[in-house]
Amino acid sequence: MAGFDKRVSSYEEALAGLEDGMTVIAGGFGLCGIPENLIAEIKRKGTRDLTVVSNNCGVDGFGLGVLLTDRQISKVVASYVGENKLFEEQLLKGEIEVTLTPQGTLAEKMRAGGAGIPAFFTATGVGTPVAEGKEVREFNGRKYLMEESITGDFAIVKGWKADHFGNVIYRHTAQNFNPLAATAGKITVVEVEEIVEPGELDPAQIHTPGIYVDRIICGTFEKRIEQRTVRK
Amino acid sequence: MALSREQMAQRVAREMQDGFYVNLGIGIPTLVANYIPEGMEVMLQSENGLLGMGPFPTEETIDADMINAGKQTVTARTGASIFSSAESFAMIRGGHVDLTVLGAFEVDVQGNIASWMIPGKLVKGMGGAMDLVAGADNIIVIMTHASKDGESKLLSQCSLPLTGAGCIKRVLTDLAYLEIENGAFILKERAPGVSVEEIVAKTAGKLIVPDHVPEMQFAAQ
Repeated sequence: MAGFDKRVSSYEEALAGLEDGMTVIAGGFGLCGIPENLIAEIKRKGTRDLTVVSNNCGVDGFGLGVLLTDRQISKVVASYVGENKLFEEQLLKGEIEVTLTPQGTLAEKMRAGGAGIPAFFTATGVGTPVAEGKEVREFNGRKYLMEESITGDFAIVKGWKADHFGNVIYRHTAQNFNPLAATAGKITVVEVEEIVEPGELDPAQIHTPGIYVDRIICGTFEKRIEQRTVRK
Repeated sequence: MALSREQMAQRVAREMQDGFYVNLGIGIPTLVANYIPEGMEVMLQSENGLLGMGPFPTEETIDADMINAGKQTVTARTGASIFSSAESFAMIRGGHVDLTVLGAFEVDVQGNIASWMIPGKLVKGMGGAMDLVAGADNIIVIMTHASKDGESKLLSQCSLPLTGAGCIKRVLTDLAYLEIENGAFILKERAPGVSVEEIVAKTAGKLIVPDHVPEMQFAAQ
């Protein structure tokens, strides 16, 4: 790597330095916009005892679900963990710890983490099990919970196009948690469908500015659809 | 007769107004989109980061990168915008969505809602429901009035862990449309052919019955 050229040539290099016990923040919503090849590389690498922060945990045999087979994940922070039998099994056996977090709070935890804000107050979850053990403060007559932000040792992100500077744009709703995850990793790795020539991306249309991105790799994607629904 | 799922969706669609931004939850709330009155313009918000959700795609236009919060493939209508999950929940939490429609297991006279967790059963998560009920001012809950065993779901106090506290003011069930005010359900409309007596019998929480309870109307005004 030289200067602002953040391209790496192999998935092994993309995740160099990822070690047992680390926290990984992953972009994606369901199976949409997930860094599927980076996840596959974590499986190949065999890194264990990971804390994974992601809205969902994949499905059996795809997405983050593949890390469950060899029990590489010990803790998950997510808003919804359905559609995954192996996950349910490990949860019921107490082999995996789960912190269920409201979706908007999870997104804001990543955003705040990447923005240097250690905690924030939200009305989401007041009076519910989510509030247990958390500070409650009143502002203008309404109660709010204090939620702490999240940062990760690694963030794994799926983009559409990037340049070698690490500027990234996302495609359609595959954006979801990806730009938030990108800001919150000590090392942020972005895999994209296409690396374009410098200057090809309009600076005003960049979703994730290159300052957040450490490594860029170009991959091919299966893009599995979870609920294939068509007009009748 | 208790309302069908479609009739419930049809009744809620009457609450739409031209120019509304609306978030529809998964299940019956999704059906509401089918009954938006002709000539009325409504933008549907999907919390995974889409404002202006269009119809399902055709086989030719299906796109794995274009889904709704129920993970179904969808399209974007003209005038739509797409953004991150943080932006999406900023508009929800910030009270910018005009109407939110979602399902529930239980509601009570204090406006509490329980919709995500049944102790003893596997908990899959709350998704965006807690943010939606905390952020919206105008929420309609769609649910059946009682369980299959006849147990009321309109209670004096929710028995299940809450999704939100004191945030629900309007409930549409298969038997009635009710509002919640000052610690009571107020019976506003009854489903066609359903008696006030049946609604009273199936409502466990305090229920105020006005002298005249009109039958529900379905056609758009």
